[in-house]
Amino acid sequence: MNVRHQKWITLGLIAGLSSYIVLGSATPAAAMHIAEGFLPIQWAVFWWVISLPFFVLGLRSVSRITSQHPELKLLLALAGAFTFVLSALKLPSVTGSCSHPTGTGLGTILFGPLTMTVLGSLVLLFQAVLLAHGGLTTLGANLFSMAIVGPFFTYGIYALMKGGNQKFAIFFASALGNLSTYIATSIQLALAFPAASGGILASFIKFAGIFAITQVPLAISEGLLTVLVWNWLQSYGHRELNVLKLIKQEH
Amino acid sequence: MKYQNGLLILMVMVLSIAPLIFIRGEYEGADGQAEAAITELNADYEPWFNPLFEPPGEVESLLFAAQAAFGAGVIGYVIGLYQGRSKQRKQTHESSD
Repeated sequence: MNVRHQKWITLGLIAGLSSYIVLGSATPAAAMHIAEGFLPIQWAVFWWVISLPFFVLGLRSVSRITSQHPELKLLLALAGAFTFVLSALKLPSVTGSCSHPTGTGLGTILFGPLTMTVLGSLVLLFQAVLLAHGGLTTLGANLFSMAIVGPFFTYGIYALMKGGNQKFAIFFASALGNLSTYIATSIQLALAFPAASGGILASFIKFAGIFAITQVPLAISEGLLTVLVWNWLQSYGHRELNVLKLIKQEH
Repeated sequence: MKYQNGLLILMVMVLSIAPLIFIRGEYEGADGQAEAAITELNADYEPWFNPLFEPPGEVESLLFAAQAAFGAGVIGYVIGLYQGRSKQRKQTHESSD
C-alpha cells in the first residue's frame, strides 16, 4: 500500500465518519429482537411453524459436520462463540441509542447458513430465558430474522462476491446480513401491525425507520469484526479452512 | 496483516465511541421504541405473555457480561490453540530441514 493510497483511505474514512454523524440525529430509537408477547398469537405461531423446519435441517447439518469431521468441532465452537459475544455487545449508535450486532456472518461463511440457524437459536434462547431479551413466544419470529434470513442473505451475497477480493466479500456479506435481519424484523412487525392508514407498507416504513439508521454503523462494525477473526483463521487455521473447502467441493 | 487487524479494531472503536462524543442521546438499550410504535399503531394491543423470568438491572448486566466473557474466552482459546499449533508445525519443519 503506497502513501497515496493511504491518504485516500484516510480521507474516505473521515468523510464517511462525518457524514454518518451528521445523518444520525439524536432521536432515541432502539430495538433488537421482538419482545415477549409483542406479536399477536397467530403470528407467533406462524413464525414458529416457518422456522422449525430450518432448525431441524440445521441440526442435521451440524451433526453431519461433527460426525464426519470431528476436527472441525473447535471451529464450530468458535463460530458459536462469535455470535455469543457480538449479540451481547450493545453498542451505542448514531441515533443516540443502542443496539447490537448479530455475529451470524462468520459461521455462515465457514459452515453455511443452516448451521448458523442452530447456533443463532442457542443465543436467542439464552437471551430469551435468562435476559428477558426477546422472548419465548416470539422466538420463532426472532429465529426467522436473525438465524434464517440473516445467514441466508449473507450466504447469497458471499456467493456473488467471493470471486473478487475475499475480504471485501466477507465484510459486505456479514454487514448486509446484519441489516437484512433488522429489515426482516420490520417486515414481521409491519405484517402483524398494519397502520390504519397506509396499511402494511406505512407501518413497515415506520418500523424500518426505527431500525435502519441505528443499525447501519453496527452492521459496519460487525463486518469489520468478522474480517478480523477471518484474518486470524487465515494465519493460524489453514488446516481447518482447507477441510471446509473440500467439504464445499463435495456438495 | 498485524497492521490491518489493528486498523480493524480501531475502526470498530471509533464507530462505537464517536456517537457517544458527538451525539447526545439517552442511549437506552431498551427495545422500547418498537414497542412504543406498536402501541401507537394499535392502541388496544396488550402483550399477551410476559417473560417467565426478568432479571433485575444489575443482574441483567452481569448476565450480558457473562455471555460476552464466555464467548470471548472460547474465541481466545481456539485462536490461541491454532496459533500454537501452527507455530509448532513451523518449528518441526525447520528442524527437519
